[in-house]
Amino acid sequence: MQRRDFISKTILASATLAAGTTIVYGKYLPKGYKPLILQDPDPFSMFKKDKEMLVLNDKPWNIESKAHLLNDDITPNKAMFIRNNGLLPENIDVENWTLTIDGESVSKTKTYTLNDLKSKFKQYTYQLTLECGGNGRKEFNPPAKGNQWGLGAVHCAEWTGVRLRDVLEDVEIKEDAVYIGYHAADIHLSRSPDKEPISRGCPMKKALEDETLIAFEMNGEAIPIAHGYPLRLVAGGWPASVSGKWINRISIRNIVHDGTKMTGQAYRVPCKPVAPGEKVADKDMCIIESMPVKSLITYPKTGAMLKLGQELSFNGHAWAGDLEVAKMEYSIDFGSTWHECEITAPKNRLAWQHFSAKTSFPEVGYYEIWARATDSNGKSQPMVLPGWNPKGYLNNACHRIAVKVS
Amino acid sequence: MDKKERFLQEVKVLSKSLSLFTIAFFGIGFFLMFLVLFPDTKLFDKSPNITTEEVVTESLEENSEIEIKDGIHTETGFIAANGLEAVINNCTNCHSAKLVTQNRMTREGWLTTIRWMQKTQNLWDLGDQESIILDYLAKNYAPENKGRRQNLTVEEWYELK
Repeated sequence: MQRRDFISKTILASATLAAGTTIVYGKYLPKGYKPLILQDPDPFSMFKKDKEMLVLNDKPWNIESKAHLLNDDITPNKAMFIRNNGLLPENIDVENWTLTIDGESVSKTKTYTLNDLKSKFKQYTYQLTLECGGNGRKEFNPPAKGNQWGLGAVHCAEWTGVRLRDVLEDVEIKEDAVYIGYHAADIHLSRSPDKEPISRGCPMKKALEDETLIAFEMNGEAIPIAHGYPLRLVAGGWPASVSGKWINRISIRNIVHDGTKMTGQAYRVPCKPVAPGEKVADKDMCIIESMPVKSLITYPKTGAMLKLGQELSFNGHAWAGDLEVAKMEYSIDFGSTWHECEITAPKNRLAWQHFSAKTSFPEVGYYEIWARATDSNGKSQPMVLPGWNPKGYLNNACHRIAVKVS
Repeated sequence: MDKKERFLQEVKVLSKSLSLFTIAFFGIGFFLMFLVLFPDTKLFDKSPNITTEEVVTESLEENSEIEIKDGIHTETGFIAANGLEAVINNCTNCHSAKLVTQNRMTREGWLTTIRWMQKTQNLWDLGDQESIILDYLAKNYAPENKGRRQNLTVEEWYELK
């Protein structure tokens, strides 16, 4: 604040100088007024986001979507949540951007330019569901520290890139490789060059899957800056923090990667269930891998008023981390009875699936539509909050929308 | 050829800045003239009805240059209460005030968070400001019991055709 005020005053002084009058008139400028060029940029126009999205945090940028904005089968940029851990990279030089593969478990460090990656390896396109590990944190009781995400920290866009596996085969990985860890060009909030805002990764098994991409395109265009331009690791079905943005290095580790937000309590849940509010030692926290089964009703928007006898068609998406959604159900009587929805097969593995159903209401009154997905292992979404955990991850409780019939 | 292009570009930039400067010059000039001619302009008063509460906060402003409306510090969104200045000065340098205002913790929880930031995020020693900050946070951003699932809140009811 002080720094900004200082700059305001300096610019004001220069402006008065330029105008050829004395600075005395500066005091007539209203308090809190800042010349246009000093104002914070509007995130909605800067990132081309829907005006209905909710800014949770502006330093770093954390912006969430809403259920009804996510109605498209393939999420467009304007409805995609942003979860940044640090400041956006500055002065991105695409011409000289490189990706280095290093670490204890490579025979020889190798560096690729963007062109190398695009020309040397076959390109693949997949629809991949990315959900923030803390999506739904807002509901936990007692509350968990961090950005208070509601429902909207999930999207399923179409990513184009090369398989991480193909690149790792080209580098030649040693037998003792257990984990990958990414490094990126974003800047720590303290601006300390020795600190990384985030450096996460995944076990080799996930890294070597067909759908784990080093992506350079999103929805057929260059990746937007807020989503990782020019290069992003994309590992669908796992906490979106595994899908590192602005990556310039991937380390192949012979230990579980120990980068920023891999250790302590970050992106971890208690290995054994705990009571709400219980303290859990770091050693008893386990890294989150696949995200749990979940669904969202994306049409209609909550708060719909209908006439008695009017049929309601509703629809949405369901996803299940590494698995598939096997069954989709809804209830209009607070979970007493459940009815099946139609659900499509995923476009490819790790893409979200689309459900739809029609219902009518027996009498006038207040209703809620509850949606419940079941994964291919038979696990369903709970109706109340799932197991409490200190950092408020993995809330996959049923989505509910409110409806009034008159 | 290259030289010529660069020269042309420079001329372009120069003429652009010149016209911007002219616009700015006249703009600021007119604005200042307006202020001189109408010194008690109400142009920038946010609300024409000044309540007693606003008058009180106005006088507070004189000293601290802090603008408060409806009990909220306008620039940061913090609740205006004892300790506000200490919180602004120590908690908004690295991260947004929104990271504080969207969270709810007990005094112990806030202290743990401060210690974590000191250990890992380069937060400085807060000295005698620490207890002021903790008192402020524990009082104004305390957790409330939400149960296992809350009622739905609907921002806007609408007719669905």
